[in-house]
Amino acid sequence: MSRIQNAFSRLKAEGRQALIPYITAGDPTPAATVGLMHALVQGGADIIELGVPFTDPSADGPVIQRAAERALAHGTSLRKVIAMVAEFRQTNVETPVVLMGYANPVEAMGYEAFAAAAQAAGIDGLLTVDLPPEEASERVAVLKRFGIAPIFLLAPTTPASRAQAVAKLADGYVYYVSLKGVTGAANLDVANVAAKLTELRQHIQLPIGVGFGIRDAESARAVAAVADAVVIGSRIVQEVENGETGLAERLTNFLSGVRAAMDTARA
Amino acid sequence: MLEYVKQMAENMSYNFPDQSGHYGQFGGIYVAETLIPALDELRLEYEKAMQDPDFLAEFHHELKHYVGRPSPLYHARRWSELLGGAQIYLKREDLNHTGAHKVNNTIGQALLARRMGKKRVIAETGAGQHGVASATVAARYGLECVVYMGSEDVARQAPNVFRMKLLGATVVPVSSGSKTLKDAMNEAMRDWVTNVDSTYYIIGTCAGPHPYPQLVRDFQSVIGEECKVQCAEQLGRQPDAVVACVGGGSNAIGIFYPYIDVPGVRLIGVEAGGDGVETGRHAAPLTTHARPGVLHGQRVNLMQDENGQIIDTHSISAGLDYPGVGPEHCYLNEIKRAEYVAANDDEALAAFHDLCRYEGIIPALESSHALAHACKMAPTMSRDQIIVVNLSGRGDKDIPTIARLDGIEL
Repeated sequence: MSRIQNAFSRLKAEGRQALIPYITAGDPTPAATVGLMHALVQGGADIIELGVPFTDPSADGPVIQRAAERALAHGTSLRKVIAMVAEFRQTNVETPVVLMGYANPVEAMGYEAFAAAAQAAGIDGLLTVDLPPEEASERVAVLKRFGIAPIFLLAPTTPASRAQAVAKLADGYVYYVSLKGVTGAANLDVANVAAKLTELRQHIQLPIGVGFGIRDAESARAVAAVADAVVIGSRIVQEVENGETGLAERLTNFLSGVRAAMDTARA
Repeated sequence: MLEYVKQMAENMSYNFPDQSGHYGQFGGIYVAETLIPALDELRLEYEKAMQDPDFLAEFHHELKHYVGRPSPLYHARRWSELLGGAQIYLKREDLNHTGAHKVNNTIGQALLARRMGKKRVIAETGAGQHGVASATVAARYGLECVVYMGSEDVARQAPNVFRMKLLGATVVPVSSGSKTLKDAMNEAMRDWVTNVDSTYYIIGTCAGPHPYPQLVRDFQSVIGEECKVQCAEQLGRQPDAVVACVGGGSNAIGIFYPYIDVPGVRLIGVEAGGDGVETGRHAAPLTTHARPGVLHGQRVNLMQDENGQIIDTHSISAGLDYPGVGPEHCYLNEIKRAEYVAANDDEALAAFHDLCRYEGIIPALESSHALAHACKMAPTMSRDQIIVVNLSGRGDKDIPTIARLDGIEL
């Protein structure tokens, strides 16, 4: 079983939902990233989504755009992100790590070279924002050959027919984008999310994580009541942006609060 | 009208994009999931519109009575004589309403937006010509219009910014990234993903996710189709070469497309050489054999570093300042049906001044790149040979830039 499957089956047995925080690799500095990943685990992260910075993050709001700019200013590249995960794996062999970003850095490295390096580093999945199923099949086959789970997005606009197409390609989990908008938007409607998840679950057997618009313990708890996983990105990146002083501790504390709230979600 | 696009698709051996929106390895639909259903809806609506005689009649009517088409094919006699070789003819897109070819496309897309019941349109713009053309049709059809423009371009294209405001559009300066066209396009995509139900995104060039490159090409093909008729009537034959500037490449694809199956007509796209392609400060992905990559929903030749990050481009002309180029140009380059070269800033400026002084026409800096290449080609050709240059826009918007370069305060 893969690390991602392990994590979800353990949580399912415990009747809990996965907490998936996102940080951008290389933000605020490349040297800080591995330490922050450990801090996230300490705060209760079940899976880490590690952002690969890109010059043109057209699906991201201003918070994650700025994180990418900071990371790129420090020379963060896909190869360096892979090396960060390898370093993380020296002391953590359990927590799944999913790289999240845009197609071009992977295209530039080549899928074969990327997948081989990712597998060797202990990376578990890849979420490419701008690689829909239409363009994905050959690339997904390469990822799967190296044991890298292709994580796909589903959206409020996704019809059932497309959910079936995604189900054929996806592995690990799928990521439901809770709202029409960019990352960091703040108009989450949990009732809508719940209704859409019920519809999607008729076609998707994999766990479904929900992200976009989850900013605090309360919204995390509400989403945990209906989803298999809660993804938090911009709110955490904002914490990084607030300065390096005590950052690891602040991230751990923030996530602990979220974790505690989530664990009361279906009590 | 647009009948020719259908006929061409039926008669040509060249038939792209394929069913999945690809031009060989290029093009495609690389966007976030939220936008896929909107692109599907657009594709289906476009296919229906192309079969709808009322839609085609209205498009034709607007081009004739609102834009002022057909645009003339003009013999630049004095300039040709000065260059001492091939005869240069100018396809006068600069004489269109709003001053450039961009309006051909914005009318087509605004009519689509109206068919789809969208009340709000958004656009990205570099030089401001597409922004002006979008603001214009939004006013014409009663649509709300928001235009995203890199903050660097807002500064260097002030007259067009004010023009858009006069037309009732909201201009949003974009100060992320390189603060130019590509960043404006990122921001427009962010708006679209947020307001996808109410909003139609009018992409200004033959780039972006399928079906945009196709529909922009089809709407712009009126340029080449008219040119073929005018050449037959005025010259009794087709030209030896057709030359057009290429940023995203919409004016070029518009004049090239009807010639793809015409043997003996060289198609030459002129990219922005900036300070010179050897300096790295340019916007010439095809000339420099940039590797294919994925940006803005498409796979195209793309200026990028070894890590797949997009490189900042440089051109004196805001409209050519883009790190990629439309997928169909990438394909025409790959199959060698079209040739792509670069003209540097200084060469474009020299051609700009030539056209002002010898023909009494102030060309856009974008179009001046095509003129600059014609200027290199003509002397190597004989006097009975013919070059058609697509004069894609007029240069009124560039007057402050030119004045600044000459150290003159207006």
